Amino acid sequence: MAQASGNAAGPVLEIEGITKAFPGVVANDNVSLTLNQGEIHCLLGENGAGKSTLMNMVFGLYRPDRGTIRVRGEQVSFQDSGEAIARGIGMVHQHFQLIPVFTVAENIILGNEITKGAFLDLDTARRQIDALAERYGLAVDPDATVGDLSVGEQQRVELVKALFRDADILILDEPTAVLTPGEVDDFFEVVDSLTGQGKSIIFITHKLREVLAVADRITVLRAGQVVGTATADGATQQSLANLMVGRDVVFRVDKAEADPGPAVIRVQGLRSLDDRGVETVTGLDVEVRAGEIFGIAGVEGNGQRELVETVCGMRPATGGRVEMLGQETTGWGPRQINELGVAHVPENRSKHGVVAQYTIADNLVLNRYHHRKFSQRGVRNTAAINAEARELVEQFDVRTPGVDAVIDTLSGGNQQKVIVARELTGDLKALVVAQPTRGLDVGSIEFIHRKIIELRDRGVAVLLVSAELDEILSLSDRIGVLYRGRLAGTVEAADATREELGLLMATGATGGKS
Amino acid sequence: MNGAKNANAGISRAASQVHRLLTEAWRLQPLYVSLYAILLSFVVGGVLISIIGVNPFTAYWALLRGMVGGGDEIAGSVARSVPFIGSALALAFAFRAGLFNIGAEGQLLAGGITAAYVGALSWMSDLPGIVAIPLILVAGTMGGAIWGGIPGVLRTKTGAHEVISTIMLNSLVLFGVRWMVNSRDPVVLRDTESTVPRTDPISDTAVLPELVDSQPTLHVGLFALLGVCFLVAFVLNRTTFGFEVGTVGLNPHASHYAGINVNRVIVASMAASGAFAGLAAASEISGTNGFFQPGTFFLMGFDGIAIALLARTNPVAIIAAALLWGSMLSGAPLMQQEADVSIDVVRIIQAMVLLFVAADAIVRYLFRVRELDQSPFKATSIEGAV
Repeated sequence: MAQASGNAAGPVLEIEGITKAFPGVVANDNVSLTLNQGEIHCLLGENGAGKSTLMNMVFGLYRPDRGTIRVRGEQVSFQDSGEAIARGIGMVHQHFQLIPVFTVAENIILGNEITKGAFLDLDTARRQIDALAERYGLAVDPDATVGDLSVGEQQRVELVKALFRDADILILDEPTAVLTPGEVDDFFEVVDSLTGQGKSIIFITHKLREVLAVADRITVLRAGQVVGTATADGATQQSLANLMVGRDVVFRVDKAEADPGPAVIRVQGLRSLDDRGVETVTGLDVEVRAGEIFGIAGVEGNGQRELVETVCGMRPATGGRVEMLGQETTGWGPRQINELGVAHVPENRSKHGVVAQYTIADNLVLNRYHHRKFSQRGVRNTAAINAEARELVEQFDVRTPGVDAVIDTLSGGNQQKVIVARELTGDLKALVVAQPTRGLDVGSIEFIHRKIIELRDRGVAVLLVSAELDEILSLSDRIGVLYRGRLAGTVEAADATREELGLLMATGATGGKS
Repeated sequence: MNGAKNANAGISRAASQVHRLLTEAWRLQPLYVSLYAILLSFVVGGVLISIIGVNPFTAYWALLRGMVGGGDEIAGSVARSVPFIGSALALAFAFRAGLFNIGAEGQLLAGGITAAYVGALSWMSDLPGIVAIPLILVAGTMGGAIWGGIPGVLRTKTGAHEVISTIMLNSLVLFGVRWMVNSRDPVVLRDTESTVPRTDPISDTAVLPELVDSQPTLHVGLFALLGVCFLVAFVLNRTTFGFEVGTVGLNPHASHYAGINVNRVIVASMAASGAFAGLAAASEISGTNGFFQPGTFFLMGFDGIAIALLARTNPVAIIAAALLWGSMLSGAPLMQQEADVSIDVVRIIQAMVLLFVAADAIVRYLFRVRELDQSPFKATSIEGAV
């Protein structure tokens, strides 16, 4: 372990005037940042602000065009991440870099194998891992297979992996995005214990609540530039959000009282299987009325995906029934359900939502290319398709050079706007939305929320599934918590608290033991 | 007056369609790599030829004259190329649907044997040519479509990968027809009066009219296959069905989400692919051979893969690629005669063309071509497509 730190509060990492350009975009423009020993420095910014690019340079994955990086006062120029690791820098990526079929110990020593002759010395490795786990309060079982671990546990493995390589500077890229509220609290404790023992942490996030909870200092990036630095005590959510977006942000979603009508979506005793054949929707009942937003909260992997896909006809139900607009739709295909007036904003944008190689125009008619308006006697009416596309692009404020642009060239937020534009137009009776704002910036989130509420006010029944509790709380009229494939409880949104929902999400019960 | 106006509008609409298809065809940018790959292969082939002690220019000059040296040579080259168009389309169409159909070899045999069987039916001679010829072509097309559709059905019902099942179906039909045509006891389809194994000759009424008495015969089947190329271009680029095929090929998950019947598209695309091979085989049976021999289509399906990839699965570019392929084979004998360079050298050059197109990084590096499009050969894109 590098013991360079006689001066307890000196800077361990200094980034000065870093500029990095990619073809067509300056990702970082003269960015400077200092990380002191034992501090948690939050790097805050919208998607595409250049946070990950900056950190990838510190970790040796990219090389800056200009500027210097100093580690413990010494200027460095990393050729690859191996050199960064050798300097005591560790990075936990948003997408874990673990091999699911290997054990925890095997994953941790991978690339840094302890050997006895030609053989792995797993015993020594196990002992070292246990010692690290104890020291930092990171409970991991070295012999567990990584594929069997929960997301929170896998994240701990990633942390131990970095610590195993003697990292004192830890870069955590959106570490809480995948955690439940309870896991987030545990995670913050670990972070505290790490800094308590002299580690320094850069914490990349766009969640303001967390920034204020853990950060010592905050650097805000916007469009590749540093637009502000603050200390946690001197900042508020509002001030940070305004810095991030560059204008005043309205947090509360303004909406009128719901005026619910008759039930439009009625799900009874629904059962369905996930891709591995495990039953993840286990007898679920839910009813969504016209003119209301029913929010489904829950830790990911409790059957959200299968519920949405089964309701929308993409996945067969193995039991129970779905009724929409008074008709039984169990066993119907996606097109039949869609033609009934049920739209679906899918959870997985790139897998289901768009065809990446298609133009914006083709993506905007992806599920209605065959309508009379766009196709006559089997021949596509390109003029009508383009006209419709231009109108939707305008209406939904999609930022694009034109409707002929390939959708893959757009940012995630604009791609999502294309999907939303496609799904939210037409004669809708019901809308099923899954994770509508995942990974989007504040501006796009506001816009999409407003559109969903507009629909509700027009009498559309909205079933909203989201992993963001804040989103559920601010949009929904009623909230159901999904736990192990069924609703553990339903509450009026007006009466719901984060604590109550968090408990339901974690245990499936209100009160009682956790 | 009104009528004239309508006619004018009709003509201008048709003209704009033609213009659109042509610009599509000549939008050669993605074909640079193919052109350079051909050039590079001839250069390397030239080096090979000089190593065996022959002046490559002498050899290539003979090859070129064999290909296009005169009216007969040109006609022969075109005739040789015609069936390749069908076998290349068989790969190209399926590829748009994200399927790697390497069963054109078998689909040609299935179409050929069906066409030969139907063409030799006793009542065919009672029919006029205008009925008999379409009938034999349709029969071959159907034979190919069924043989191509089977792997599609297997894929959708059982998940069997079409690469594996088409390879197996190739063997199945190859040995199946070989037995049918060889066997004397029992006689299945063998012409017992012939000393070589082949089917009964087809009825005279089912023979496609000859255009040029070249070697091999250039017949009207040329127009059928050219027409199919433009038809396929139109279907893929302009129709609702083509949109479904392309969508399934690029993202089957999104297709399912958008309500496209992915299984139906897969089966239809495989059947259509097989149909193109079947049509090519039928037009050869009807226009050139007059009977079926198992060796007739040897390697033609696999050459189709090379041609389709050389044309980057663009149906109109396939015409040019097939012409190049066929005329090289047609010109090779003259090279052997005059320069004493084996016909196999042409085969080697063709193999190199395919290799350079597949390993397009080499060509891109040598000729400084930027990566503009996705290569249909890259393992990753094939992986992504299926």
